[in-house]
Amino acid sequence: MTPVLEMRDVTKVYGSGEAEVHALTGIDLVVRAGEMVALMGPSGSGKSTLLTIAGSLEQPTTGTVVVEGRPLSEMSRSEQARMRRRHIGYVFQDFNLLPGLTAVENIALPLELDGTRAKVAAAAARRTLGQVGLAEQAGRFPDELSGGQRQRVAIARALVGQRRLLLADEPSGALDTKTGETVIRLLRSACKDGAAAVLATHDAQLAAWADRVVFIRDGVAVDQTTPPSGPESLLAES
Amino acid sequence: MSVRHALLALLSEGPKYGLQLRQEFEARTGEVWPLNVGQVYTTVGRLERDGLVESDDAEEPGPQKGFRITEAGRAELADWLATPPSDQVPPRDELVIKVLVALRVPGVNVAGILQAHRRHLIETMHRYTRLKQDAAENDIGLLLVADAEIFRLEAIVRWLDAADVRLRHLPPVEPGPVAAPMHQVRR
Repeated sequence: MTPVLEMRDVTKVYGSGEAEVHALTGIDLVVRAGEMVALMGPSGSGKSTLLTIAGSLEQPTTGTVVVEGRPLSEMSRSEQARMRRRHIGYVFQDFNLLPGLTAVENIALPLELDGTRAKVAAAAARRTLGQVGLAEQAGRFPDELSGGQRQRVAIARALVGQRRLLLADEPSGALDTKTGETVIRLLRSACKDGAAAVLATHDAQLAAWADRVVFIRDGVAVDQTTPPSGPESLLAES
Repeated sequence: MSVRHALLALLSEGPKYGLQLRQEFEARTGEVWPLNVGQVYTTVGRLERDGLVESDDAEEPGPQKGFRITEAGRAELADWLATPPSDQVPPRDELVIKVLVALRVPGVNVAGILQAHRRHLIETMHRYTRLKQDAAENDIGLLLVADAEIFRLEAIVRWLDAADVRLRHLPPVEPGPVAAPMHQVRR
């Protein structure tokens, strides 16, 4: 199966000379359809930089990034922008919802920007809002929603349309356990439908929902977990 | 984990057979704590000896022998539920000891040791999370047990993270005894 995301020997250096900072060094990461990978590491370890490079919001200094079989370096800026709108969904810690737009308008926005007719985009947005359990809140503005609801709107915006790669930076943020679990279940269910997800987090509970955890330290992937063998082995050991 | 009180709790719902006690115990604890039938009979036998449970006298010990809770058993159960678990003395934590020892062993990569334990803990958390993920929403026993294990393991991961941060901000520790010699303390 072709990987949805393939990063090979990716390095990111900021500044030069004495002020040079190696944010990422020699990162290799392959994520296939249906798979959820968590990047775990302390603040400043390079997790967020890795996500922004995977999502073509930033260019690597060296190395290659291939999304859906297409190297980003071979794509023009406008092709990259189209790829971001159509195939990549981002969930940021601070939600990044536009305050002047209702929940449904926020979700429809990326589709409209991509040329989808407003009516069609709104219908798709309503469907996705329904999936995240917020059909009733479609007409509300972000400041009329709770933190957990705003996060679900942000997830719906990341899922709407035919997104293949979901990138989430601390997606459960300051949410309580139950709401955080709802958010991660939504991402998992998108993976079940064929998307690939990468989430950056320092939260072990959240990371434990992923199929694989890659540990990042000082910009280097130092270790990773082996996929769980299933609950049966856990029962047998206890 | 008090099997004794868990069995009293099951009997507080009504009389039950030995085999039934075992099945219900496992179902309520999300099958995370398997219990063999011998343990059930030994424990229920002690409860009977202590007057907390009564059995059908006529029946021989076996799966069909029925048990019911006595008034003294109900009082014992109520007492146990309200008594805080014993956490007065900090347990001797093997992981903490390993890390303290690692600090003093020449040539040991302590960050590597912390990471090996972190990976192992997260792999275990993975498996409990899978249990939770596959559980039905009303399987409250399993969900609570899995949550408890996940929170417990997470606390250890957080300790490892904190240890990591502390160690990064310290100059390398000279190998030597863990406690400082008295003349250094006095100075």
